[in-house]
Amino acid sequence: MGVLNTISYVFIGIGLFFNLVGVIGLHRFPDMYTRLHAATKCTTFGSIFIITAVIVQSAGIWALEGAYPSQSVMCIHAVLALVALLVTNATGAHAMARAAHRSGEKPAKAVVDDLQEKEND
Amino acid sequence: MSFLITATVAYLIYLVLTIGGSAVLLWNRAELVIGAVCAVAAGALLKNRFIGKNLRMLNPARWFAFLVYLFPFFFAMAKANIDVAYRVITGRINPAIVKINPNLKNDLSLTILANSITLTPGTLSVDVDEKTNELYVHWINIDPKVLKDMPRDYHPICDSFPDWARRIAE
Repeated sequence: MGVLNTISYVFIGIGLFFNLVGVIGLHRFPDMYTRLHAATKCTTFGSIFIITAVIVQSAGIWALEGAYPSQSVMCIHAVLALVALLVTNATGAHAMARAAHRSGEKPAKAVVDDLQEKEND
Repeated sequence: MSFLITATVAYLIYLVLTIGGSAVLLWNRAELVIGAVCAVAAGALLKNRFIGKNLRMLNPARWFAFLVYLFPFFFAMAKANIDVAYRVITGRINPAIVKINPNLKNDLSLTILANSITLTPGTLSVDVDEKTNELYVHWINIDPKVLKDMPRDYHPICDSFPDWARRIAE
């Protein structure tokens, strides 16, 4: 059990670090799009590690202590939560960015904006 | 055929969600029966929506390619995350929205590519041109080299992801 706990703590530590970076980015960055980068991407990566820690912990108990219904349920549901998180997070970030650009939000400090040129044509 | 596939997928998802009994293998009898009824209903209702006209995703080689793709994708994601963490802490950003043309032909491969681009930190797909299948990508730290020519080079943004999307879905 010692090794499993250590692995879980390391994963949770990495996950918390990236979630923290996401929160700092949310306050530091200048506009909608760059904030989306920090708020959706870093937190996804952090959450992947935290969910992986849950999977490692529950799968470890499931494997070591035999048929153990509640741990197997937790392990499988954590895997499904991971898949759902990956799919919905990308789609949600894309939808927010598209809505922002359609309502006229300009990217701050942008070097070039090809989408703006397309809409002006 | 599309009814059968939709019902099977719905039933499999139901079975995975309800693991935990012990009467038949890992499930309760009631769960199995209710799941089958719901799967048939879902299949009848959604058979024209879930899969389109072509059945090429039934090929197991494509699913294998998808599983292999997860490894380079996760590596790129980790690398980009560290890069974005560095930019968050130092505040050095150089954002832009660029148009790329990945030369993909169908909707599924374009969806896989757009979601991969969005999940990789530092790049975010904003819009798609449905006629020409071109993507508009918001990029947090633009490489000045891609600004020179107009059909932008997509390699600095998404590396070999378009090739993988083509392998999986075309």
